Amino acid sequence: MSMPLAIECEGVTKHYPHFQLQDVNLSFEQGTVMGLVGPNGAGKSTILRIIMGLIGPDSGRVKVLGHSMPKDQLAAKRNIGFVAEDMRLYESENIAFHMDFIKSIFDSWDDEYAKNLLRRFDLNRNQKVKGLSHGQRVKATLLLALARRPNLLVFDEPTTGLDPAVRKEVLDEMMGSLQDETHSVLFSSHNTLDVEQISDYITFIYGGRIIESRNKEDFMDGWRRLRLTNLSNSLLPNLANIKDVQQSGRLCTLTVNNYEESILEKFASAGLQINNIERLTLEEIFLANVQSAKANSNKETLA
Amino acid sequence: MYTVYMKYNFVFSQTDTRPMYQQIMEQITQRIAVGDWPPGTPLPSIRELAIETKVSIITIKRAYLELEREGVIATQQGKGSWVSESLDLNLLQREELIQHLQQVGKLAKSLAIAEDELLQMIKKYI
Repeated sequence: MSMPLAIECEGVTKHYPHFQLQDVNLSFEQGTVMGLVGPNGAGKSTILRIIMGLIGPDSGRVKVLGHSMPKDQLAAKRNIGFVAEDMRLYESENIAFHMDFIKSIFDSWDDEYAKNLLRRFDLNRNQKVKGLSHGQRVKATLLLALARRPNLLVFDEPTTGLDPAVRKEVLDEMMGSLQDETHSVLFSSHNTLDVEQISDYITFIYGGRIIESRNKEDFMDGWRRLRLTNLSNSLLPNLANIKDVQQSGRLCTLTVNNYEESILEKFASAGLQINNIERLTLEEIFLANVQSAKANSNKETLA
Repeated sequence: MYTVYMKYNFVFSQTDTRPMYQQIMEQITQRIAVGDWPPGTPLPSIRELAIETKVSIITIKRAYLELEREGVIATQQGKGSWVSESLDLNLLQREELIQHLQQVGKLAKSLAIAEDELLQMIKKYI
């Protein structure tokens, strides 16, 4: 039961004077949602731009909906809706002008759906772009992408700077676009709550590299916080999955990745008492990942 | 008989710290336990429920898989899922009670309450 892939990146690299994308492997099947998370400057937007064919990679292979990028981007883009923060609209024109414009280019434009979106997003088609608030602008660009009913939606930080009500509207429409197995969404966000809620796959990016990329259930299941009591001041077992240790007196809190119940025995036999095992939110995983990636890159520079 | 549910109105709490798939399972078993979804009732498709609840498809899929493992629902490729025909409501409610008891056990342990003392406390409510 393998669906065709929405996106396939293999060994993608891109060098800039102060930043490099290294060996990016990223793929997910059609009909699903992929969320990219990572701190500012991690390379999320660069990856999205390479996928969109706006930037050519130095090496590696990129396929979007089966089309090789950037070579076949014309064919691919008929089926992709891209929304980025720096998307330009004509300031002195109104929303209706933009709707007509997009409609004249893409024959997949759905008038009924566009009308629906205007109403649901509470937008006035006669309003000029220069008078729109940030939230209205985001909703307008989203409408222009959604009403084409593309097979793939690519969003760069769609919910940044939106109030909770507008954020919910945007998420609702992102999920609503998944009406069947041929529609997919790829988005980047700082909002870990959004990513945690709607993504089927999560890719964590740090320093131009992919740290983790897997399905969300496995991603979230892999991380645990263990609270231990260390009565006899024993040494912690040396395990690669321990990502963080916070110790204060006899109390010890560990953050663990690739958690399995079998590791509990190792703590018990080292003389440590396990008081609690907690799951982590994506936000906590994000912070633990950043901390451990930072520690690793420091180690590398020292070596 | 085929009932089409247009709105499932699943309501989740942001302060609920359990994983989302468990919250979905709970919402479904509650509907079954109170009799709103009698045995044989077709469940929404995974995609349909994902779109309505704005919860990822993979999470809904996991909730359905776990419910199937527990025997609460049955799934057949191409036909979708439905509330298990052989479902024993009594058993379902017992399982809910057991889950509460597990919580009690955990809490008692973290509060260092001895077994006898805990049993005495429970007796008070019978």
